[in-house]
This record gives sequence, structure tokens and C-alpha cells, in this order.
Amino acid sequence: MSHNEQAVESHGHVHRDDVGAKMGMWLFLFTELLLFGGMFLIYAVYRFQYPEQFHFAGMELNTTIGTINTIILLTSSLTVALSITALQKGNKFLSIIMLTITIGFALFFMVNKYFEWSAKVSHGIYPGSEEMLNKQNGEILFFGLYYVMTGLHGLHVLIGIVLLTFILVMIIKDKIISTDLVKLENSGLYWHLVDLIWIFLFPLFYLIQ
Amino acid sequence: MANGTIAANLKTFYEEGTTKSNKGIWSWLLSTDHKRIGLMYLGAIAIFFSVAAILGVLMRLELIAPGETIMEAQTYNSIFTLHGVIMIFLFIIPGLPAVFGNFFLPLQIGAMDVAFPRLNLLSFWIYIVGAILVLVSLILPGGPIDTGWTFYIPYSVRSGTNISLAIFAAFVLGFSSILTGLNFVTTIHRMRAPGMGWFKMPLFVWATYATAWIQIIATPVIGITILLVILERMFGVGIFDPALGGDPILFQHLFWIYSHPAVYIMILPAMGVVSEIIPTFARRTIFGYRAIAMSSLAIAFVGYLVWAHHMFTSGMSDTARIIFSLLTFIVALPSGVKVFNWVATMYKGSIDPKPPFLWVMSFIVLFSIGGLTGLVLGALATDIHLHDTYFVVAHFHYVMFGGTGTIFFAALYYWFPKMFGRMYNIKVANWGVGLFFVAFNLLYFPKFIMGYLGMPRRYYDYLQEFSSWHLISTVGSWVMLIALILVIGNIVYSIFKGEKCSSNPWGGVTLEWHTQSPPPLLNFQEIPTVKHEPYDFSQLEEMKNES
Amino acid sequence: MDNQEHKNEHEHHITPYSTYVYVWLGLIALTSITVTIAGISLGDYTLAVALLIAAVKSYLVINIFMHIKYEELIFKVFLILSGLTLLVIFALTFFDFTYR
Repeated sequence: MSHNEQAVESHGHVHRDDVGAKMGMWLFLFTELLLFGGMFLIYAVYRFQYPEQFHFAGMELNTTIGTINTIILLTSSLTVALSITALQKGNKFLSIIMLTITIGFALFFMVNKYFEWSAKVSHGIYPGSEEMLNKQNGEILFFGLYYVMTGLHGLHVLIGIVLLTFILVMIIKDKIISTDLVKLENSGLYWHLVDLIWIFLFPLFYLIQ
Repeated sequence: MANGTIAANLKTFYEEGTTKSNKGIWSWLLSTDHKRIGLMYLGAIAIFFSVAAILGVLMRLELIAPGETIMEAQTYNSIFTLHGVIMIFLFIIPGLPAVFGNFFLPLQIGAMDVAFPRLNLLSFWIYIVGAILVLVSLILPGGPIDTGWTFYIPYSVRSGTNISLAIFAAFVLGFSSILTGLNFVTTIHRMRAPGMGWFKMPLFVWATYATAWIQIIATPVIGITILLVILERMFGVGIFDPALGGDPILFQHLFWIYSHPAVYIMILPAMGVVSEIIPTFARRTIFGYRAIAMSSLAIAFVGYLVWAHHMFTSGMSDTARIIFSLLTFIVALPSGVKVFNWVATMYKGSIDPKPPFLWVMSFIVLFSIGGLTGLVLGALATDIHLHDTYFVVAHFHYVMFGGTGTIFFAALYYWFPKMFGRMYNIKVANWGVGLFFVAFNLLYFPKFIMGYLGMPRRYYDYLQEFSSWHLISTVGSWVMLIALILVIGNIVYSIFKGEKCSSNPWGGVTLEWHTQSPPPLLNFQEIPTVKHEPYDFSQLEEMKNES
Repeated sequence: MDNQEHKNEHEHHITPYSTYVYVWLGLIALTSITVTIAGISLGDYTLAVALLIAAVKSYLVINIFMHIKYEELIFKVFLILSGLTLLVIFALTFFDFTYR
């Protein structure tokens, strides 16, 4: 083998380090954690400064939709985890089914989000609206944060849908197999993180009664 | 390190690439080889540094006399903002990690490449996209940004200039920085050569490791902060704007939660390079290896706890001011540990004052001045007087330019023979360091005095009483320009015309000196086995036998 | 990295389906608890209880779903350090806002 061929291989697939790949993924997840952490800090400071107005504004959010979306995300987290176990056990069919369900739940989540946001917008509650500018400072901040934080979370859900779809295709095409599934595992990690952030967003926005 | 580190003539990484064709521009632009990526960063960074340096010279020229000299006030505001943005986000933050980290981290730990070579290429391209966005924000109709590089609220929400685009560029650049950081952490954990335990790693690797962690943990905070400013500008979302109930001081907190640790992104790798150069030219193992390694981690950690010392006059609570002032003094401890260990390393060494060593000497002087004046600013009482004056400007130029900038050149002059297989003109290089040192003090020391006398920073005009100090400083900027032309010109000339040199001209013993210059594509003939401490010069004899 | 170590790395710990289902049941139970409690007024403790439940839920997700329980020690160290950094940032920021 010539030196050049070795080089190409070493930059391709021969040198495989699953633990390294997972480490890289976790490090990336920490950046996500700190990204949302920054926003949670802003939320904490403003809630500390305007406790009553946050309380008041929070009443306007729909707890039912919030709860349904929580259950959807938790269940989708379960299905993606099951999909990994299934593939590890060599059950490609079950793995595909579970991953498809996960993507379905994610889409369902976004549909709910759409209805939730459009209901708010139709009531005139959106950044820069007249209704909004007439509210008290704490309420403006609450809704500002509500749109930004759930919006950015929603963006992560969308990215997750695209990512998981790619993974699904790779499993179908046998690019990801039971002995080489770190890509599936890493995408699963990403999806769990999306769930994890929602676990905190839910009580902080929807459960201020 | 006797095994398999033969300086035989393999094809160098210039002759052999990772793409199908080994020649042409695409074999560089699409290369996943960490060495080529490092050199591409070097090229890009050299260009941005030159642009920002010229902007700096123009600022100094405007300030040569009171009143309008060569530009209007608005132009001046844009120029100091751009000087800051380009120098910080495009030169000094990525500088050492992206160029020398990329090129030498895998070599120093005996790896063939970084853990994720394709991600590495991606982060280079993200960097370029970010840089292009910065440049585009200059020409678009709104006009170049004028907020200063700190983008403070509320002016950054109100200003009509191209703020959104420019801070989006900073966001993109941050993403590149994060990807580089996570690549390096994984590389250091997973790809060290057999026998290289944690305490056998060269100190530059330790410094890069600590830096990479700051890049990972701190950068996302500014990412989200500036994203929120963009949303605030575009959609009128109420987050920081006081008109909507927001708190501008909260923005400052979030901004400095990243931007203070970011100064350690700048300085830590520089300290790592110093720890490489001093043992090589003092022919003596480093004094206090573990102390230096651990102080890198300590600086990275304590660096998170001090951000609000940038905000002593912002109106935050007294409790916070006292706590942050106290914590600030603690950072001086690990920095002091390093300086004392470097000096102790030189004690009774057989010093060979080659250009890289001279750069390091000028670093120690300039950085110490910068560090000690930092204590003056970290003390609550004196900071009230000196806040936002030229004293601050002088302080951070001594730390950033005198510290990281100087070491950027030191690293370039130290590793140049390894990167290009050629040697520069030593005599010219010596003159370059000397002239740089004189010019530096001429340019920046008067600013300490002006700041002490009350000259505010960022002002376009000034009182007559400051004019002689400004004049000295401006003359210094011209000498600096000459010094930089000498220093950079010597390098550029030698890349093409320099004399060929041996694989280990300085007698270094870390792993990068065990392979040929320039290294082959996979860095080593075979992965070396590490048997020595990193700065054990007794192996020099062995190494001679190898080749 | 010697060969022995590499071999071990390729052997994955396979979590049984049942474990995941139990954890999921636990998460759903915690969700209903937190929703129910939110309806009762606990005064100052409302937020603390809600956050405590969220913390337990995230502990379950991270440990089991995200597999951190079965990863190498260094992953846990990373996680704790990152979480700690975030906590410290919160605490220091509140030194300003609490005492203003």
C-alpha cells in the first residue's frame, strides 16, 4: 500500500473511535447547555425583579398544550432510546419503527407549537405589537423570553427532525448497523438534550399559576 | 523516544495531501490535514492583522493633534470599533489556537491528525464566512458599526449602522471557535501517543487544553447574548432594552461572562508557547512542570469568576463589586506561578539568545507591566478613577499585544523551520525584536500617563495638555509599523527564499522535533513511543543518532 | 491506546427495553405530579418544588436515556464541571441583583 492510500484511509473510516465521537458529541451538548443556560439566567434575573408580573403573564399561557407537549417529548425520548437498543440487538425493523415514531412525535410537537403561537398572535400578544407595548415591563419581558426561549427550542426540534430523518435513511440503507451505530447514539443524545431543556422550560413558563 | 522517529526523506505534507490531487488550490481549500489548515489560518490571520494594524495607525494619525486631522468623528468611531472587532475576533482569539494549536498539537502528542479532521476543515470555513460577514458589514448602506467592540446596550439597539450583521458575524466566529475547542479536547483525550501520560504532555498542549475548555464553556454564552440583541433589533423583542423594561447591566454581565474568559483564550496558549521556548533555549528542563500545567487549569477556572471587574462603575451592587474585586486578585496567583517558574528555568541554564528567546524576553517584560497595571485596575478604589481612560487602553494593549501578540511572533519564529523547512535571516530577526520592543513602549507607555492624567478612551478630540503625549504615541505607531514590516517581511521572504535547514535547528526535544521538517502528511514515519519527560534534554544525544 | 482497550470500547452496554419503559413511566408520573402541585398554592415553595422535580427528571434522562451511567468516568467529570460552572455563573450574577 502506498503512503498516500494509507493517508486517505486514516482520514476516512479505518481509524474509528466511538468513545472519541461520543466525547465530541457531549462537548457539543455542553455548549447547548450553556447557550440555554444564558437564557435561563436572564429569565431568573427578570423573574426575581418582577415576580408578580411574571406570575400574571404566565397565567395567559395554555397549561394543557404545555403538558401535552411535555408528554410528547418524553415519549419521543423513550422511542429514540428504544430504537438504539433495538439496533444494538440487531432488530433493524423495530429500530426503524421506533425512529419513525420519534420523528412523528417531533412533528406533532411542532404542530402543537404552531397552534399555541398563532393563538397568542391572534390575541395580539407578539413582540412589538400595540397590545404588548401597553403591558407592564415585567410582562413584556416575560413574553419576550417566552417567544425567544420556546422559539429557539422549537428550532432545535426542527434540526432534530432533519437529523433523525438522515439517520433513519442511513439505517434503512445499512449505513448504520448494529456494530457501528455511534451516529445513531449521538443523534439520540442530541434528541434527549432537546427533551432535557423542555423539562425546565415547561414548569418555568407554563406552570406559574 | 528512540522508536520509529526517523528523519528519513518521506514526502512532506506540501507534496502529499488528503485530496485526490496533490496540487492546486483545491488541495489546500479542501484539505483535512491539520497542518495545511493551520497554514491557511495563518494566511487569513496575517491579512486581518495587517488590516487592523493599519486601522490602528490611522487612528493614531488622527490623534496626532487636537481637533480634526484626517477624518470625521463618525469615521473615527467606526475605525476604533473595527480595529477592536477585527483584532479581537479575527486575530487574537483564534490566533494561537487555530494556527499553532492546529499545526503543533497533533505533532506534540504524537498523533497523525486531530480527532475530527473534517470538522476541523469546517471550522476553518466557518471562520472565513464570519470574517467575510464582518467585511460585508463595512460596505453595506447602513455604514460600518460604531458601538465599540463591546456592543453595549442600549446604543447597539438604537444605532442605525450594520450592527445586526456584524454581531451575527461574531456569532458565526464563535461557532468556529467552539468547534475547534471540542476538537482539541477530544484529540488530547483520545489521541496521545503510547507512553504519553497526562504529565508527559508538553506544556503548550496543557495550555491548549485549558483554552479549549474555555472555548467550549464560555463561547455559547456570548452566542446567545448577541443573538438576543439581533432579535431585539429585528423584532422589538423586549430583552435588554430599558425602554421595554430590560436591564442593560444584565447585558454587560452576559457579555463579560464570555469576554473575560476570552482574554484567557488569548493569553493561555501564549503562556504555553513561552513554556516551550524557554527550556529549549536555556537547555534546561522546565522548572515546576506540574505547577505550570495546573496553573493553566487554575487560570481557566478562576477566569470564570472575575468577569464583573469590567463593570465596577456600571451601577451594580456594592457586594458584587467587592466580591469580584477580591476574586480578580486571585487570578494573579496562577499567573505569578508561571512567571516565577519561567525565570527559575533560566537560572543557571546555558542560554542561547536566538530570536524566539528574545521575543519571549520582551514578552516577560511587557506582560509583567500589563499584568501589574491590571492589579491597579482590579482594585475597586483605583478603578473608579481610571475606568474608561487611556490607562485601560494601555493595560490591555500591554497584555494582549505585548502578551499574546508578541508570543504570536515568538511562536512563528520558533516553529518556522519546522513549518517550512527553511530558516529566516537571524540578524534581521534580532533587529526586528529590538525595534518592536522600543516601538511598543513608545506607542503604549504614554497612554498609561495620559490615562492617569484623565484622558478618556475612545474620544475623538482632546485637550491641549495631552498633545505632547499623543504626539509621542503617534510617532511610536510609525516605528511600530516599520518594526512589523521588518518582522513579517523577514518571514514572508524566507518562506520562499530562506536557506534550507535541518529538522531540529534549535535542539528542541518535544515530539515535533523528532520528525522531519516539514513533516510528512501523517506527521511521523510511525507513531512514536514516549519514554522521556517532555523537557528531558539528555535525549538530544539519542536524537542525533536517530538521524 | 493499546489493542485491549480498543476491544472493550467496542462492546456496548445494551440497556434492556424494560429499563427505558420504567424510566419513561417515572417521568410521566413526575410530570403529572408537577402539574398537580402547580394547581395548589405552596407560596414561596412553588418554584423550588417545580425545579426540584425538573432536576429529578433531568437526572433520570441524563443517567439512563443519555447513558451517562455506563460511560467512562471522565464523561461524568465533564458533566459535573460544566453544570458547576453554570451554577457558579448564576450565583455570582445574583450577588449583583440580590444586593442592589
